[in-house]
Amino acid sequence: MSSVLYDIPGPRAKRRNLLVSAVFLALLGLAAWWAISVFADKGQLEWTLWEPFVTAEAWTTYLLPGLANTLKAAALSMVIALPLGAVLGIARLSDHIWVRGPATVIVEFFRAIPVLILMVFANQYFADYWSLTISTEDRPMYAVVTGLVLYNASVLAEIVRAGILSLPKGQTEAAKAIGLRKNQTMRFVLLPQAVTAMLPAIVSQLVVIVKDTALGGAMLSFTELLNSRKTLASFYGNVIPSFIVVALIFIVLNLILTTFASWLEKRLRRGKRSTGAVLGTGAVEDIAAGGGIPPGSVRGSYGDGSGGAGT
Amino acid sequence: MFDFLEGYDLLGSFWTTVQLTVFSGIGALVWGTVLAAMRVSPVPLMRGFGTLYVNVVRNIPLTVIIVFTSLGLADIFGMTMGAADDFQTQGFRLSVLGLAAYTAAFVCEAVRSGINTVPVGQAEAARAIGLNFTQVLTLVVLPQAFRSVVGPLTNVLIALTKNTTVAAAIGVAEAALLMKEIIETEAQLIVTVAIFALGFIILTLPTGIFLGWIGKRVAVKR
Repeated sequence: MSSVLYDIPGPRAKRRNLLVSAVFLALLGLAAWWAISVFADKGQLEWTLWEPFVTAEAWTTYLLPGLANTLKAAALSMVIALPLGAVLGIARLSDHIWVRGPATVIVEFFRAIPVLILMVFANQYFADYWSLTISTEDRPMYAVVTGLVLYNASVLAEIVRAGILSLPKGQTEAAKAIGLRKNQTMRFVLLPQAVTAMLPAIVSQLVVIVKDTALGGAMLSFTELLNSRKTLASFYGNVIPSFIVVALIFIVLNLILTTFASWLEKRLRRGKRSTGAVLGTGAVEDIAAGGGIPPGSVRGSYGDGSGGAGT
Repeated sequence: MFDFLEGYDLLGSFWTTVQLTVFSGIGALVWGTVLAAMRVSPVPLMRGFGTLYVNVVRNIPLTVIIVFTSLGLADIFGMTMGAADDFQTQGFRLSVLGLAAYTAAFVCEAVRSGINTVPVGQAEAARAIGLNFTQVLTLVVLPQAFRSVVGPLTNVLIALTKNTTVAAAIGVAEAALLMKEIIETEAQLIVTVAIFALGFIILTLPTGIFLGWIGKRVAVKR
């Protein structure tokens, strides 16, 4: 779409673009040179600080167990939150107000509260009331997963709802026409298609969950990746390099997930056998922010292909 | 029932939350718009930089960024934000920096998707009367894009309000940190958490409703 804003460059525009590129490159170079000189100034480029990351010990003792905990907490949260979210999402679409009402209140309540508040609450709750069943070293993990489940179940509820709403109306009408009951329409017609339409959005939500596990590391001393970085840095004395390596691990992990989500989305949009209704990866950020279902996320049977923020 | 809250600066902590939101929101809006302009510019290098920034920053947990501003920027590189001896002010400013840098990536994507909603004909007509790229963007496309982007930006703002709690990780005295302190000292878990949850609902719900209403009013009807 970017070509909409400007013509194919002619000779003058080409020269100007080249000039702007050169100036921008110079600025970037200047910034990079400044960063490197600051790094060198503070002795952060010393090989001794970076060396641990090419040895097996740093990985097997600190980073990999941390990463394993991050993934474990994220996977557990997703697996528990998904059925909860499905139930809440379907309940919000109910025709009966006493089902729809409470479900709406629960979903809106937990979406409006920061995850950190939920995690801190769960941690203290387990400490006060469950201290006999949950040991002190297990508690952060339980607290992180509980906080993430409470929050993400309500976000996933919105994704499920949006997924069902994204299906063409004809699906419900056809199901009614052949005499299916509401329950049967949901189970045999809407849900199976909605699950497919939701897949990219669910994978994108996994990125949010992975990122949020780091909160537990900083606030509840849950030994995930960010927390293992702390232990690693105090052993090797390499704060900056350890931050860069941990950030890189997160970036690679999340890029894999986002790429997978975009690939799924593209594949589903191309698919001829489905209705073509897809809940794009961009829908998740809007829903997660608490702003309700964005108008653009329910695209019906005609995906516009732009996919919002999902690049 | 609420006696146990005496001695805790409840309103002060929420005021810090609001200040964090406002300052980093302004920073993120400016930087995010610049990034969005880069991402749609005719200069490939700028496009590349914008894409790289967004993809890198969006995939790092905010917690990592905030903790890094304190342990990395301040402690190692000595960037004390002009408040070397005042731990609170320094933490606050570092948090604003981190939150703005992180949120800008989301603002950029929201603005860019807003630019996508402007019909091709608008930009084509603008170019046909001889406007150059900067003029097309600032006089025709961005004014329309911003109007349709109020909704998505509201979502970013609400997410930012909730994200300010992460500043607790570097000891900024905002709402989440105070809540942690209270529930660890007082035996009033449920009441305390309910109060703080309500505080965040009061902050986010009216913002969402008000800006949602504004968004509907200013959106270009097509």
